[in-house]
Amino acid sequence: MNKVTCECGHQNPYGTYLCESCGKPLQESDEKVANMRYEGVARRSQTYKSSIVDKIWNFFSSVKVGIWIIVLILVTSSLGTIFPQEMYIPPGTTATEYYQEEYGIAGQLYYDLGFHNLYSSWWYMMLIAALGISLVIASLDRFVPLYRALKKQRTTRHTAFMKKQRVFGESEGSLTEEDRTIMKERLKQKRYRVKEENGNLFAEKNRFSRWGPYVNHIGLIIFLIGGMLRFFPGMYLDEYVWIREGEREVISGTNGEYFVENREFMVELYDDQEEDLFQEALTREDNPVVSNFQTSATLYKRPEGIIGDNAELEKVKDHDIRVNQPLTFEGISLYQVDYRLNELSTFTFTVESDTVDLEEDMTFQVDLNDPARYYEFENGYQIELLEYFPNFYIDNNGEPSTQNRVPDNPRIIFELFTPDQDPEAEGTEGELSLIGVRVNEELNGERDHVIRMEDVELVDATGLTVRRDHTLPFLIAGGAIFMVGLIQGSYWHHRRIWIQEKAGRLYVAGHANKNWHALKRDLSFVSENTRLPEAADQLDDEAENEEEVQQKKGGNA
Amino acid sequence: MFEFSSAMLYAAFVLYLLATILFAVSITGKRFKDKSGEEKNRAGILGYAASIAALLSGLTYFVTRWIAVGFAPVSNMFEYMTALGIAMSLAFAIIYPMYKNNYLGLFTMPVVMLIIAYASMFPGEAQPLIPALQSNWLFIHVITTVIGQGILSIGFAAGVLYLVRKIDFTKKSRKVKGIEFIMFSILSLVAYVGIGIGFGAADYTAQFNYVDENAEEAVMDYYLPPLVGPNEGELVSEQGFTPVINTPAFVRSNDLNTVLWSFIGGLVLYGGIRGIGRKPVAASLQPVVKNVNPQTVDEISYRAIAIGFPVFTLGGLIFAMIWAQIAWTRFWGWDPKEVWALITFLFYAAYLHLRLSRGWHGEKSAWLCVIGFALIMFNLVFVNLIIAGLHSYA
Ligand code: HEM
Repeated sequence: MNKVTCECGHQNPYGTYLCESCGKPLQESDEKVANMRYEGVARRSQTYKSSIVDKIWNFFSSVKVGIWIIVLILVTSSLGTIFPQEMYIPPGTTATEYYQEEYGIAGQLYYDLGFHNLYSSWWYMMLIAALGISLVIASLDRFVPLYRALKKQRTTRHTAFMKKQRVFGESEGSLTEEDRTIMKERLKQKRYRVKEENGNLFAEKNRFSRWGPYVNHIGLIIFLIGGMLRFFPGMYLDEYVWIREGEREVISGTNGEYFVENREFMVELYDDQEEDLFQEALTREDNPVVSNFQTSATLYKRPEGIIGDNAELEKVKDHDIRVNQPLTFEGISLYQVDYRLNELSTFTFTVESDTVDLEEDMTFQVDLNDPARYYEFENGYQIELLEYFPNFYIDNNGEPSTQNRVPDNPRIIFELFTPDQDPEAEGTEGELSLIGVRVNEELNGERDHVIRMEDVELVDATGLTVRRDHTLPFLIAGGAIFMVGLIQGSYWHHRRIWIQEKAGRLYVAGHANKNWHALKRDLSFVSENTRLPEAADQLDDEAENEEEVQQKKGGNA
Repeated sequence: MFEFSSAMLYAAFVLYLLATILFAVSITGKRFKDKSGEEKNRAGILGYAASIAALLSGLTYFVTRWIAVGFAPVSNMFEYMTALGIAMSLAFAIIYPMYKNNYLGLFTMPVVMLIIAYASMFPGEAQPLIPALQSNWLFIHVITTVIGQGILSIGFAAGVLYLVRKIDFTKKSRKVKGIEFIMFSILSLVAYVGIGIGFGAADYTAQFNYVDENAEEAVMDYYLPPLVGPNEGELVSEQGFTPVINTPAFVRSNDLNTVLWSFIGGLVLYGGIRGIGRKPVAASLQPVVKNVNPQTVDEISYRAIAIGFPVFTLGGLIFAMIWAQIAWTRFWGWDPKEVWALITFLFYAAYLHLRLSRGWHGEKSAWLCVIGFALIMFNLVFVNLIIAGLHSYA
């Protein structure tokens, strides 16, 4: 590509708008105000246009495309909120039926289009990826040229450059040394850095704010990468554990090293009897309002180097796990997410008989979460637990079965052997009973003995989420960098002022990347009571003109 | 303390009204010049003083309520909406000195009042915090977000100002329809508040027995006269009358009834103003703002967005994610409220890029400011009340 030589002698890359050195416009344009974006320098995307790589590069570096990507993400994201996402439909319902039953044809369509899992759909991912690519390419495309242009700025600019600035003023005359000193003084007071060359002044401040967008885009990219890491194995742990009061469970993801014990679980309610500020609101609610969910937990660790179940666990710490107060250790957090109150835990039975003298009190306990198989008594009786259904139901084949291991509806089949029976011997048949809550049936004819439920013990169980997320450091870094860049670019603005004397005329021009208002204020502060001409906003005139035109067009309104 | 707090909110409301009046006087009042040619119309500066007094009064409400209930009062619709109104006036207090533009005051103060009046339609008594909200992140996240939204709302006020100033009302156009739609929406909200306060003061309640969507018998209360009734509704209270039509079971008919009332009220107000002025409502406002410099207003709206965007991002996304990680085990869960915060963020990002790179200044930019505000309100009102999620307030 040919270089373009400016009249000042500087060789500019092909595609340059404004000479990198003196600022003279190199391409004809009718615009009153020069396009100062990226200082009029050539960008790769505007220079190379032929190969495939160039085409892809140019596509993604275009802000127009970038905006389209943002808008597409915005619009599609909103579609996902029309009906709940699959993860939020009530537990126990299946998506296939739920959407149709709940929302009719629209729901069916929603489901068929895959919108019930919109945010993990391949095309949504593609959009996010396109955003990332666009961010990288657009930033690279602009960063280097902008850096070069801002690095080497000349104090004396071409008058054509001055005239094409949005804020501009000119007049006959020349500046005295006193004027210059006053102006420099005032500029410094406004925290400008001032350079002087042959009596011409160049003042600049807050250049660093120009890097704000690049910093924030880098932050975003890091954030997106962090989000992507989620899909690599080992980066992310999301488990669930139920623990009954008094029990201890191993924490997954710790190689069996850590255990957590649920010492006590509780739900506390706000008291609507108490006469306080909240009473009015509480009595209006139909249901009691919960004030606290809490698991009093203890964290244990298996001592180093000892394997095997018998090793004594070391207590690490006690912690009350509440919503908003997870138990955190070594990057793993345990969160309070669910609970079950009054879960059955132990049945106590006694054996009674009307016909036989049992000689002693026959009482035994069955742990519903880990029942023993045999129960032997001093008087020689034996009871065997033949079958246990923690959550009893009759399955499709009409067979008794259990839904899960949670003792919500336990049924037990006991076989009772009298002292004169030998359970080991072939063909020995004891008395069979099927027992559950308010159930007690004989299974093989008349019984001499009744196994009667005497007592039940209940416990509360807590549901904890176990979470470890190695992507968090990336997300935190990305988010922090993004915020820094955002603030850098939003709360400071790059401002420049050029003051020049040429052939008996005075020129002043100003440029701000935003907040022109402040720039104009600075300029009138600097030029007050000096010979420097008043600078005007050339777009203001334009706006006025446009209005006049409009008024003429609008007729005699 | 609690009563005192509520009284301060009333005081703030009255002061906002005063500020509105003073700003109106500063614009329409005579331009007195004294002998040396100095501007003698002090109404603008008095208006700003009144808005500051209102802000202080509003902040006193906020702080004393905080002390009284023991947590930041941003935990339900009433508290959040009120906070938004106060935040918007805080943003105004910051931005006014930069531009000293009385027109901005004239357009901002009524919006603040309307937001606070709307807030008062929700139950205002103190409610205890559910476990998920018991965290310092409640005030860190919500207060930052609400301030961000308040600043962004200034962009809306300036955008509407710009549109009223610039739109050519002599011809019928989509723009005229658009701005008139904004006026109608605002008037409907005024009607909603007015009707609500009116019937509320009269303690109006009508009660119906009806059959709900699960085909079970239930009871529904109306606080406005029933234009539409519930499914198979049967009036059981003394007040009220039998409505013309009953709605199907899946409609929440008392809410629909309220919407209908607001719509009709809005039509009456809108039609009335339009009839008296014999031109579009916004066109009647235009002469008032004819001396506004459009460039300045355009810049104000942009500045407001540029200042508000980082604050909103910090509060509405970053602090939100930190809290979600602590309270809900994950920093992001595609809950509707979260998604709509993301949409708002993306929308303003698109706005900034359009403005910076595609030269969307002036009118286009002003429309975008209006849409952005609509998104914020949508997320606050519609997503909270209609789309159920983890964030259900009220
Ligand atoms: C959600 C995603 C994005 C966010 C939050 C974001 C944020 C920003 C912000 C805050 C600015 C500064 C604007 C201003 O100062 O008024 C900016 C500038 C910019 N953004 Fe983005 N951006 C995003 C995506 C993109 C994409 C996809 C592109 C790709 C084309 C892009 C290209 C640019 C460019 C070229 C600038 C101007 C840089 C300059 O002035 O030197 N942005 N961005």
